[in-house]
Amino acid sequence: MIERKKDLIIETLCRVLIPFMQVFALYVIAHGHHSPGGGFQGGCILGSSFILLCVAYDLIEAKRRMSEKLNTLFSSAGVIIFAGIGIICLALGGNYLDYGWLSKLFPVTPVDGRSLGILGIEIGVGFTVMAVMISIFLDLASKGKHEEELK
Amino acid sequence: MEYIISKYNYWVYIMLMMIGFYAMMGKRNLVKKIVGLNIFQTSIILYFISIAAKKGASIPIVFHGHGHEPVRAFHYVNPLPHVLMLTAIVVMVSTFGVALAFIIRIYRTYGTLEEDEILAQEE
Amino acid sequence: MTEHLSILVVITPLFISFFVFLLSLTKYRYEWHFTVIATCLSFLIALSLLFRVLQTGPFSYRLGGWAPPWGIEYRVDYLSGLMLVTVALVVFITSVYAGKSIRGSGSLTREIIGEEGEVSFFTLYLLLAAGLFGIIMTADLFNLYVFLEITSLSAYALVGTGYKKRAIVAGFNYLILGSIGACLYLLSVGYLYIMTGTLNMADLAQKLPLFYDSRLILVAFALLMAGLSIKMALFPLHAWLPDAHGLAPSIISSILSGCVIEVAAYAMLRAMFTVYTPAFIFEVLPLKEVLSIAAAVAMIGGSTIALAQKDIKRMLACSSVGQMGYIVLGIAIANQTGLTGSLMHFFSHAVIKASLFLAVGAIIYQTRIYDITRLRGLGKKMPVTMTTFTIGALGMIGIPLTTGFVTEWKLAIGALEAGRWPLVPVILLSAMLNAVYFGRVLEIVWFKKDDDQPHGSGETPEPAAVTEAHPLLTIPPLILVSLSIVFGIAAFVPLSIAKKAASMLLGG
Repeated sequence: MIERKKDLIIETLCRVLIPFMQVFALYVIAHGHHSPGGGFQGGCILGSSFILLCVAYDLIEAKRRMSEKLNTLFSSAGVIIFAGIGIICLALGGNYLDYGWLSKLFPVTPVDGRSLGILGIEIGVGFTVMAVMISIFLDLASKGKHEEELK
Repeated sequence: MEYIISKYNYWVYIMLMMIGFYAMMGKRNLVKKIVGLNIFQTSIILYFISIAAKKGASIPIVFHGHGHEPVRAFHYVNPLPHVLMLTAIVVMVSTFGVALAFIIRIYRTYGTLEEDEILAQEE
Repeated sequence: MTEHLSILVVITPLFISFFVFLLSLTKYRYEWHFTVIATCLSFLIALSLLFRVLQTGPFSYRLGGWAPPWGIEYRVDYLSGLMLVTVALVVFITSVYAGKSIRGSGSLTREIIGEEGEVSFFTLYLLLAAGLFGIIMTADLFNLYVFLEITSLSAYALVGTGYKKRAIVAGFNYLILGSIGACLYLLSVGYLYIMTGTLNMADLAQKLPLFYDSRLILVAFALLMAGLSIKMALFPLHAWLPDAHGLAPSIISSILSGCVIEVAAYAMLRAMFTVYTPAFIFEVLPLKEVLSIAAAVAMIGGSTIALAQKDIKRMLACSSVGQMGYIVLGIAIANQTGLTGSLMHFFSHAVIKASLFLAVGAIIYQTRIYDITRLRGLGKKMPVTMTTFTIGALGMIGIPLTTGFVTEWKLAIGALEAGRWPLVPVILLSAMLNAVYFGRVLEIVWFKKDDDQPHGSGETPEPAAVTEAHPLLTIPPLILVSLSIVFGIAAFVPLSIAKKAASMLLGG
C-alpha cells in the first residue's frame, strides 16, 4: 500500500464516494438522538472514509491529506472537548457533566441544554475515534514504519 | 427440550464464548489468539443485547410523533444495556488496537508469529 | 469548588494527559513537568478528601446531577479515602523519579521509545493514574469496568516498553489474560443487572438479599471473584505477573506492583463487602474456609517462587504474588482486627514495594546488572540506594518499627481472636521465606566483596566506575521507605482510618 498501483476505476469511484461517506458520517454524529448513531459510529465512518483513500491511492497521498500532526491534534481535541464541556458545566455551577446548566451560557432552556451538551460530547467523541482509527490503520498498513519511511 | 429452545439466546452466546476461549488457548498463532479474544468479547456483548429485548417492542428511540403523549416503557426495548455495550465495543476495539500494535513489534523483533517458535527463540 | 473535588481528582490527570499529548506538536519538552504538576495536584486533592471524610463522614458526588441509582455516583468513605491517598502518593513520587529514569541520557527505556516516544509515555502514565483514581472513587459497577479497562490498557502498553526483548511477549500475555479477567467481570455485572435492574453498589446491596438462594447470583459472584482474581494475581491465576512486572521499566513495575494489583484487590473488597454483604459471603457461602486456604497457598506459594529467581526484578514481582495473599488472609479472618490488618497492608505494601522497585531501578540505571549474584559489594558503592533497599526489605519481612510488622501483628491477633490459630504459623512461615530471599540479596550486597573476575562483555562498566545515582533517583524511594518507618512507629494514624473502614465494611 505504500507503493502506488494505478487503477483508474478504483480511483474515480473512491473520489466520488469519499465525500458522500464523510457527509453521511456527519449526519450519523448529529442525529445520534433521533436515529441509531452517535459519536462512536460516526467517528468510525469518518475514519473508514480515510482508510478508503489509503486503499485506493497510496499512503503517501493519504498522509498529504491527514498528516501526523493533524491526527494528534484531532485526537487530543476530541478528549479536550468532552472533558471541557464537563468542566464548563462544573464552572457554571452544576455537577460534572450536568448539561442543564449550559442554559446559563446559551439562550436555551435546561432541557434543550442537555440535548446541546450531548451533541457537543458526541462531536468530541467523533473526532477522537476518527483520529484513533486512522492512526491504527496507518500503523498496521505501513508495518509499523510509517514514521521513518513516509517523512 | 424446551429448556434448550426457549433459552436459545443464552446457548448461542455460551457456544460463541467457548469457541473464543478455545481459540485463545488452543491456537498457536498470535493473530488467532487475538481473534479468539475478539469472539469472546463479542459474545458478552451479544448476551447484554439479548437481555434488553422485549416482546413486540421497537428500537429505543423515542417516536417523534405529532402530539406529545407520554412515553410508555413497554413500547421500547430497554436502552441501558445498549448504552453499556456501546462503551464495551469501544473497549473491545481499543484492546484490539493495542494487541495489534504488540503483534507488529513481536513480528519485527522475532520474525515470526507462532508461539512455539517465539518461546524457542527465548530459550 | 470544594464540593467538586471528588471528580477533580479523576479529571485532572485525564485532562492534562491530553494537553501533554498536544505538546508533541510543539518544540517544548515539558511533558515531565506537566506530569509532576498533575500528580501533585491529585495528591493534594486526595489528602483534602481524606481530611473531609475524617471530619464529617462519608459523602458522595453525583455525576451529571442525576440521583443514584439512575445516575453514576462517586463515593468517598474511609476505605476509598485511604486507598486514594496511598495511590496518589505512590503515583506522585514515582512521577518525580521519572525525571531522570525516563528522560535521562543513560535511561534504558529511552533507548526503546526514542525521544518522541517520551510524550506518549507520559500520556499513558497520566491515563494510568486517572484510571486508578476512577476505580477507587466510583460506586457504580459498570463505571468500575470502564476505569479498570482504562488502567489495564495503559498498563499493557507501558509494560511493552521494557528493555529486554521478552518484554513485548510479557505485555502480550498480560493483555490476553487481563482482557479475559475484565470480560468475566463484565459478564457478572450483566448477571447482576438482569436480576435486579440496577448497577449502583449501594442499591444492589439492598436488592440482592432477596436473591441469595438463586443460582444466577451465585454464578455472578463466582465470575466476579474469578475476573478480579486474574487482575489481582491471586495464586493460581498469577502466571502473567512475574513476566510483566519483572520486564517492565522500573517505574512502571513500581506502579503496577504497588497500585494496579492493589486497586484490583480494592475492587474485590468492594464487590464482596459493599455489593454482596458479609451476610452472604460468610453465612451463605463457606468463604472463610475457602479464602483462608487460598490465602495460605498464595502466601507460601508466592514466597516460594520468589526463592527460585535469579533476576532481581522478577524476584520482587514474585514477592508481590505472596503479598496479595496477606490481603486475602485478612478478608478470610473476617473480624475487625483481621480486616484492619488487610487494609493496613494496602498502604504498607504499596509504599514499600514501590520504593523497592525504584531502588532497583536506580541500581539498573547505574550498573545495568539484573542478576542478583553479580551485585556483589554494591553496598559500598551505592550506599543510599542500598540503605533504601535494606529498609524496604526489612519492611517486607515484617521487622518491628515498620508498617509490615503492624500488618502482620494485626493479622495474627485477628486470627487468634477468630479462633483460627493454624493461620498464625502460615504468617510466620511466609515472613521467614521473605527473610530468606531478601536476606540473600542483602548478604550479597553488603557482605560480599566484589572480586576482580571479568564481568563479561560490553555493557557493565568497570567495577570501580559505579557511583551513587543522581538525587532524583535516590531521594524518591528514600521518601517512600521512610514513610513506612514513620507510620510503623506512629501506626495509630493509618490504623485508625483502617479500623473505621473495616468496621464500616463489616457492619454495613
